[in-house]
Amino acid sequence: MQWNSLCKISDLIDNSGVCAYLEEEEGTGRQLALFKLVLADGGQKLFAIDNWDPIGQANVLSRGIAGSIQGEPVVASPLYKQRFSLVTGRCLDDDSVRVPVYPVRLHEGAVQVANVQLAELEEAC
Amino acid sequence: MNDAIKIVVVGNGMVGHHYVEQLRQHCPAADITVLSGEPRLAYDRVHLSEFFAGKTADDLMLTSEAHYESLGVRFLCNAWVENIDRQSRQVWLTDGRHLVYDKLVLATGSYPFVPPIPGNDQPHCLVYRTIEDLESIQASAAQSRVGVVIGGGLLGLEAANALKQAGLEAHVVEFAPQLMAVQLDEGGGKLLREKIEALGVRVHTGKATERIVAGNQSRYRLEFKDGEALETDLVLFSAGIRPQDSLARQADLAVGERGGIVVNDRCQTSDPDIYAIGECALWQGRIFGLVAPGYQMARVAAGHLAAGDESFTGADMSTKLKLLGVEVGSIGDAHGRTEGALSYQYQNQPLGIYKKIVVDAKQKRLLGAVLVGDSSDYDTLLQYALNGIELPKYPESLILPSSSEKPGLGADALPMTATVCSCHNVSKGDIVSAIDEGACELAAVKSCTRASTGCGGCSALLKNMVDTELAKRGVEVKKDICEHFAFSRQELFHLVQVEKIRTFDELLNQHGQGLGCDICKPAVASILASNWNEFVLARAHVGLQDTNDTFLANMQKDGTYSVVPRVPGGEITPDKLIVIGQVAKKYRLYTKVTGGQRIDLFGARVEHLPEIWRELIDAGFETGHAYGKSLRTVKSCVGSTWCRYGVQDSVGTAIDIENRYKGLRSPHKIKMAVSGCTRECAEAQSKDVGVIATDKGWNLYVCGNGGMKPRHADLFAQDLDTDTLVRYIDRFLMFYVRTADRLQRTSVWLESLDGGLDYLKEVIIGDSLGLAGELEAQMQKVVGTYQCEWKTAISSEENLKRFRQFVNADKPDANIQFVEERGQWRPATAEEKNRLANSQAIPVRQLTNDTQSA
Repeated sequence: MQWNSLCKISDLIDNSGVCAYLEEEEGTGRQLALFKLVLADGGQKLFAIDNWDPIGQANVLSRGIAGSIQGEPVVASPLYKQRFSLVTGRCLDDDSVRVPVYPVRLHEGAVQVANVQLAELEEAC
Repeated sequence: MNDAIKIVVVGNGMVGHHYVEQLRQHCPAADITVLSGEPRLAYDRVHLSEFFAGKTADDLMLTSEAHYESLGVRFLCNAWVENIDRQSRQVWLTDGRHLVYDKLVLATGSYPFVPPIPGNDQPHCLVYRTIEDLESIQASAAQSRVGVVIGGGLLGLEAANALKQAGLEAHVVEFAPQLMAVQLDEGGGKLLREKIEALGVRVHTGKATERIVAGNQSRYRLEFKDGEALETDLVLFSAGIRPQDSLARQADLAVGERGGIVVNDRCQTSDPDIYAIGECALWQGRIFGLVAPGYQMARVAAGHLAAGDESFTGADMSTKLKLLGVEVGSIGDAHGRTEGALSYQYQNQPLGIYKKIVVDAKQKRLLGAVLVGDSSDYDTLLQYALNGIELPKYPESLILPSSSEKPGLGADALPMTATVCSCHNVSKGDIVSAIDEGACELAAVKSCTRASTGCGGCSALLKNMVDTELAKRGVEVKKDICEHFAFSRQELFHLVQVEKIRTFDELLNQHGQGLGCDICKPAVASILASNWNEFVLARAHVGLQDTNDTFLANMQKDGTYSVVPRVPGGEITPDKLIVIGQVAKKYRLYTKVTGGQRIDLFGARVEHLPEIWRELIDAGFETGHAYGKSLRTVKSCVGSTWCRYGVQDSVGTAIDIENRYKGLRSPHKIKMAVSGCTRECAEAQSKDVGVIATDKGWNLYVCGNGGMKPRHADLFAQDLDTDTLVRYIDRFLMFYVRTADRLQRTSVWLESLDGGLDYLKEVIIGDSLGLAGELEAQMQKVVGTYQCEWKTAISSEENLKRFRQFVNADKPDANIQFVEERGQWRPATAEEKNRLANSQAIPVRQLTNDTQSA
């Protein structure tokens, strides 16, 4: 799995999202929504999902409010407020909708994402 | 299972399905087989017309094969019964299969009556009952322009709506002189007709169709008895239903003269081993064509098998529904046919409202009612009628619009026998005993009584009843804002204020759980701002805000933002107007004048917002808080400075008020207006706070609203001098900010206040709580700590980091594309984006980042 460094951890904002550009081929790329959540024990966790809101049809998920529902980390779309799991990409308000989720890690101060959808990884295993 | 009782249910409509569910509860071991004549299992026929509003057959399903399997119920679809052999207790299917039964249940429903009009059997002459019928209608509508429904009853009007939704020119032809002749009186029918015609459906009453022949302009031509004719491409029959009783006739069961399988109070037919329920059953000479009585029969029949002693005792045929968006309600004796009956009527022609109540000769009991155009009194009236509750001294007060004096019928006033949920026949007594047995919240009451799980029409009454009963038992009613805080907004406000809590994390650590969510975070952000008024984009607060607050602009559907500079009182200099024009031109923004007397600039990319604002601030503008739950605008008329009729300077006062309260964060947005005379050109009586000039000073109005649920503001105080006016507004606003629920406008807040307007006057004017000084001081603090959020935002590089599309690339969002329309730029539609991607020429706004140099 190839890891791409997107930004510094200090570019992220606690309990909020930012949008990062992941270049795929020359001139084309993907918009990712990166979130850093600070957990109750003080630890922090990173998440990367697609920035495209499949219901609102716009690149906005990084600008939603992050939080948790029954312990599951989620982001609420800023357009029509559907909540998406940051772990599985599943839409909590509409079973038929799912957004891509990407592996993300913190490596020597850099936020790194692998350009492979977690769902594909799970299927491959 | 061999000796388990064998039950065969013929028919899997709504009632047949309800029976299966009930029976499984009563007799867990019964061997149940369901025969559905349709290709699918039970679906929701009541909401059939939603099929034309985009619902699919799957959306309408009430059950599934998996569900029946889990209930251990066998089922066959497309299964038609050919005959019943009562001797050997077997039913024979048309495909030769046969099933043995111990008990047989006929839930065969009804079929649409097609009047015997010559020509009624042509290809585009259809009926409206099953999903297959709807598919035929859809197919026919696709090749048609005009559609006619024959029958102006309840179903006929539903069908006309379906035709309209399918894009046809829709007509309704009715034999009787009015629409919905069964449920409505003449006055109600007349108004309904006017309203429906205003919606574009043509109504023809008193028309008997004699034949359907080939048309000239359209496919067919309906010829009426009076010599007139109507051309149409599609004919839909909705002239009533007939009970599907052919099996019963073949098996020699007793049937009524005009059809229907005769049943007793236990829903047994003339053969005690055969039951009939729903629209095929005839009880005391009556057919019940509504779902609620059908469900009642299903319950009675299922209970009887399990030795229950419930009886079917007839059913109330009152109905409330929305026909083509028009509210209609009919209760009991709508026509006043009871001997000695008297009636009261209220008619409001301008608003299109008709209400009538029918009472007994002594004016003590409600017998019936007709409501058209506004059915909000239905629930209360129905309870009066069903429970024989004694009418108030002036029965007309029940339907007159004077909202403050209308005697409300609270849950407390209902007797224990009152039916709350008629779908599942749940009485107030059932609800009270569920609570006595330990159900201590709404969801628990719903799941153990099933109340409000049918049509949902009783949900408000049920909630009120559960809350009242719980409160009586000293149980505190849960008003938790969300799963993270076991507190209402008002309680959270109090905690923040008393414990001097300054951040969300602090509040969550001390009083909450989990990480928070999109409900509690913005609510707490607003509470913190109302108390401490810190910069909303400070690091501790930024993650709490809705995107509009985070970017200090209003997100639009494509992810761009709109920008609204403050224009206090709607007064603006020519120079400032020019600057707005220049900025809009430079950043190629769409401009529109708002209802709040200012100018909205649309289509700003997130990365352009700081520069747009730098230019606006340089020209003397401030943020307009159009993005916040906060004061929006104070609208004004031109007032005594110019106007021949003005008696005070409404513009000057509006500007002062707007500058005083700008930036105040509140439970929801706040709108105000100041009018310079009683002509009220600023429409102040539709605002949260309205001020109208008098020759002695100002009249203050509060809690008005336009929008979705308009409410006329209430006169709060008269002939105030300007200082007193401002003091009252200070107190009023801060009391609202402290005590309202999240996203509750002042209009709804007032209605929820115990004691209503009088109580509010006591608190604000009479200072009955001794709070006035504190409220004013708190407002003074907010006023004193005002900052233009955009000015603060652009003064720090740290703040500006948020305003870029990508944290790691200097690129625009390629999905945002614009096309030209009426000389301005607007978002491209998905189809236009496709055309652009295929580089077909349409005018496009440049996507590059070089706007600054443009």
